[in-house]
Amino acid sequence: MRMPAKVYNELAASSELPPAGVILDPGNAEQYQTGDWRSERPVWNAEACIHCLRCWVYCPEGAVRVENGRVTGIDYDHCKGCGICAHECPPKTQAIVMTRETGRSA
Amino acid sequence: MAVKMTRMTLTGNQAVALAMKQINPDVVAAYPITPQTEVVQTFSEYVANGEVVTEFVTAESEHSAMSAAIGAAAAGARAMTATSSQGLALMWEMLYIASSYRLPIVMPVVNRALSGPINIHCDHSDAMGARDAGWIQLYSENPQEAYDNLIQAVRIAEDRRVLLPVMVCQDGFITSHGLENLEVLDDAVVREFLGEYRAAITLLDKDRPITMGPLALQDYYFEFKVQQAEAMRRAPEVIEEVGQAFGQLSSRQYGFFETYQLEDAEAAIVALGSTAGTARVAVDRLRRDGLKVGLLKLRVFRPFPATRLVEVLTGKAVVAVLDRAESLSGMGGPVFTEFRSAFYDLSSRPLFVNYIYGLGGRDIGLDEFHRVGSDLRKILAEGKPRQIISYLGARL
Ligand code: SF4
Ligand code: SF4
Repeated sequence: MRMPAKVYNELAASSELPPAGVILDPGNAEQYQTGDWRSERPVWNAEACIHCLRCWVYCPEGAVRVENGRVTGIDYDHCKGCGICAHECPPKTQAIVMTRETGRSA
Repeated sequence: MAVKMTRMTLTGNQAVALAMKQINPDVVAAYPITPQTEVVQTFSEYVANGEVVTEFVTAESEHSAMSAAIGAAAAGARAMTATSSQGLALMWEMLYIASSYRLPIVMPVVNRALSGPINIHCDHSDAMGARDAGWIQLYSENPQEAYDNLIQAVRIAEDRRVLLPVMVCQDGFITSHGLENLEVLDDAVVREFLGEYRAAITLLDKDRPITMGPLALQDYYFEFKVQQAEAMRRAPEVIEEVGQAFGQLSSRQYGFFETYQLEDAEAAIVALGSTAGTARVAVDRLRRDGLKVGLLKLRVFRPFPATRLVEVLTGKAVVAVLDRAESLSGMGGPVFTEFRSAFYDLSSRPLFVNYIYGLGGRDIGLDEFHRVGSDLRKILAEGKPRQIISYLGARL
């Protein structure tokens, strides 16, 4: 038994849901796109970044994307716009700046 | 075909404890409270004697007892507890957790008045207060019914169409401490009737890890409540099936209610629990005096069997509903308001009157029924009641 995919980002009907609010998929947080209520958006500047990974360490949502030890961008599906990454980015570098959120798309 | 049964003389509490022994639940978590104490005390002797495999948890309160039963049921165990009055009130928030988690916990409730003033005797204010907690409620007239209802409750609760907890109520002291003869089934027969319990979902299935009791806010809470309501709407067919299966086994038939002299009656009296016994005698006396009166004893209060009640009571001129609880709504007792509402859509319906009686264990006898009878006679003659809600047996 699995959760219907619809549960995560659409609204499933009572008849489609497993009873009692039970969650049948372990480790499903990734499927739930929590980034849609952000009011500020971190903008990452690839040129300025020195890949110290402070943002990655401090981001409470695991929303800083890293490949092979290097930052590749922000996961806007899960970033909540808290600004911690921008705050932790070394002041001389300022490779992440917070801007006003205007729309959801990545 | 009916099976062999043993005749025994037991109190209502002992009968319930014996049924629990035969059910042999995986976990019982309980806290003693008058008048339920004898249930868990007797059951704990079965545990001590090794007559059951049950893990018996002596909790420090009823809130903890229900919490432990919920934890056990969530882990996949057949779990039970038992309580009365303040104990039920202390369980309050956990009652809703049990039903919303859809855990088929079965709980004998030995009805007792709620404080204050503090009182240990029977009325239905405890269970009636919990009527909207999402539990099925069965009411028992005597030790035999308390025993039979408890066994059926397990099968009703665990049915995959239902998965709701069930309270099995009996009247504190009146039946819980009254010795009566009853017929009990063999342990093996009860176990076969219930079958081995396999939880629909369990926290302890390591191959299918799940989360129970997560947060559901504006976007999902409502849908889960609709699911509970639908399970409650599916419960009647299961209650009926289980009642019939139990009837085949024991020759004792169970439905949503029982009637006595009702068919040709002009006036009907509705009662729950032990009062039905007195009411039967009263009906005979009143009939001897020329009043065409009958009795409807309600067994299932949740889900409320409205359609079936309408079927048997339509055509009666007047229905007197007896309530052993005052819901303090200014609108009469809880059973009365449900009955009136059930008949609202009919163009022609009986008149309804309500008698609130027996609070705090105040006895109800033939004198009280005599008063109901003379009121009913007046209503039949005058075509309408002078008073809709009355206190029967209180000094005004
Ligand atoms: S704004 Fe907050 S959530 Fe978004 S990437 Fe930065 S630290 Fe993570
Ligand atoms: S903290 Fe700033 S500099 Fe360091 S990896 Fe993140 S964006 Fe790049």
